Amino acid sequence: MKLILFYLRKLFTIIKNEVLVLPSRVAVALFFFFMLLMPVFTNDIYILRIFTLASIFAIFAASWDLLSGYTGQMNFGHALFFGVGAYGAALFNLHAQIPPWGSIPLGALVAVLAGLIIGIPSLRLKGTYLALTTLAFPIILLGLVFAFPSFTGGELGISGIAKLAPTRVADYYVVVVLMLGLCTIMWKITDSNTGIIFHAIREDEIAVRSSGVNTTRYKLLAFCLSGFFAGIAGGLYAHFMRIAGPSTLEVSLSFQVVIWAVFGGVVTIYGPVAAVFLLYPLLEFMHFAQDYRILLFAVIVLLTLLYMPDGLFRWLREKIETECPRCKVRNIATRDTCRICTAPLD
Amino acid sequence: MSLVLDIIISGLISGSILALLAIGFSLIFGVARIVNIAHTAFYMVAAYCIYVATTYLGLNAFVAMVIAVVLTTLLGMISYKLFINAIREHEAAVLIATIALGMIFQEIMSLFFTGSFLSVPALIEGYFIILGVKVFYQQLLTLCAGLLVMAVLMAFLFKTKLGLAIRSTAQDREVANLMGINEARLAMVTMGISVGLAAFTGAIVVPLTILEPQMWMPPLIMMMAVVVLGGLGSLKGSFVGAYILGFAEALVVFLAPMGAYLKGSVALCVMILVLLIRPEGLFGVYFEEER
Repeated sequence: MKLILFYLRKLFTIIKNEVLVLPSRVAVALFFFFMLLMPVFTNDIYILRIFTLASIFAIFAASWDLLSGYTGQMNFGHALFFGVGAYGAALFNLHAQIPPWGSIPLGALVAVLAGLIIGIPSLRLKGTYLALTTLAFPIILLGLVFAFPSFTGGELGISGIAKLAPTRVADYYVVVVLMLGLCTIMWKITDSNTGIIFHAIREDEIAVRSSGVNTTRYKLLAFCLSGFFAGIAGGLYAHFMRIAGPSTLEVSLSFQVVIWAVFGGVVTIYGPVAAVFLLYPLLEFMHFAQDYRILLFAVIVLLTLLYMPDGLFRWLREKIETECPRCKVRNIATRDTCRICTAPLD
Repeated sequence: MSLVLDIIISGLISGSILALLAIGFSLIFGVARIVNIAHTAFYMVAAYCIYVATTYLGLNAFVAMVIAVVLTTLLGMISYKLFINAIREHEAAVLIATIALGMIFQEIMSLFFTGSFLSVPALIEGYFIILGVKVFYQQLLTLCAGLLVMAVLMAFLFKTKLGLAIRSTAQDREVANLMGINEARLAMVTMGISVGLAAFTGAIVVPLTILEPQMWMPPLIMMMAVVVLGGLGSLKGSFVGAYILGFAEALVVFLAPMGAYLKGSVALCVMILVLLIRPEGLFGVYFEEER
């Protein structure tokens, strides 16, 4: 009893002293609550479907950030991982009769393999070369998909895959809980020692190498991790839509994920996730203007970037929070002194 | 024998088109370090301009071509000034901005012309037969016009002062700036030339292809492959790379089963193989600031 009380008190203190003091943390907490309680407020299948898909794409966008934002390895063919994950899960489910909880991780492992295969030749390339080369890989696979329609379903894709969960609400919970969990894991990875090395590789690869770190191994690790998470997103998509088609490999999907991530702000994990939850429902709810919605979407992205080239959510965070000049702890912008070391904030 | 001729003609034409596109893309990348994803979108815009001018306004095809190139060049310079110039320091933001621009052009075109397939009549009708292969005059015209423009461009880059400024800025921006080259204005001019080249390519290729708002995607990918294969910012590389990939495509289409689906895959595999051996492309050099 005493132990439980102790932990309760500890939880309360943490919430009071660590979460409530910063608006960004409150926002994240509210987001968790909102996502988990969503089906209580609405049973509208359409809204649930939009948020389920947004969650799937949020995992996808965050995984792009893990690779391209943190490590600086611009990947323009991220749809490859998504598509391989989707096709992998679909084929495992259809031919080996493996249920979704098994076929999705297996599909993700295939995506990891794809990450290794494209990672090894790509590691010698830098910057724009890498970006333009990675663009090629999903196209190559797409050509193969169309060339062997008996195995891959060709233009129509693979249909008749098992349902993710019996009901739509269950679908929603599976995807949302996975999304929250995986994004937290990704955020933790970027916060760990490995994440610091990722940061350093982006900033100055030669300096990292001269400090005795095998950068090739770390870059390959980034490719594999990112491929794994994107593969899970792809598998979830295949099982949720119950079809794995060539649209999962298209260039537009690769571009879409870059748009989401850069719009939200790279090197943050939360930025791409938040951007997906802003842009994806926006695009869906604009269906009253069916003909104009992609145009409007592009214009919104263009104008936002013109004023906030570092990304919308990074810009917002800079507005509501300041960093203490002495101890580097973040504070709410309304404070005059730092909450930890009481140094005056400017 | 006729198969060989077919391959040569098809390879030469797609190679020249890719070379024109890739040279334009290389120019603006070299001078301003802008990866202009919307490059082939301008090519699409020019093609639609010609469609409007010839079909609705009933203009002469040559006049339509001139109008299309001028209008598209202006459009390119305006969008550079409005959207790209302000965020040039942020590399990722420029990428997204150009993707968004491409999407905007695509959507505007599909609003006006819907997604249906359109076509433009050839400048010169008819064909002649060599060794049992039909060669359309339009194909010959496209090939000659492409080669001619490339020759003019080379003369411009290597014989004029502006060309010298472009080449030196591409080599080293800071030193070029120190020598009194107005880098901002030069970037603008280069954007104009680059978009103009894309527009011209669109203009000469339009009778050979089908017009649709999505038509900018396939050449975009091939063009990027060419640029990477030849080496970023290298004009010679773009030229050679374009013919390598053009012929690779043609060979696959005519010789392999299911070739039409696999042509992109095989061409891109060629690019990756070359990159495995030479990571900086065929004629590429590592830029000093990028290490």
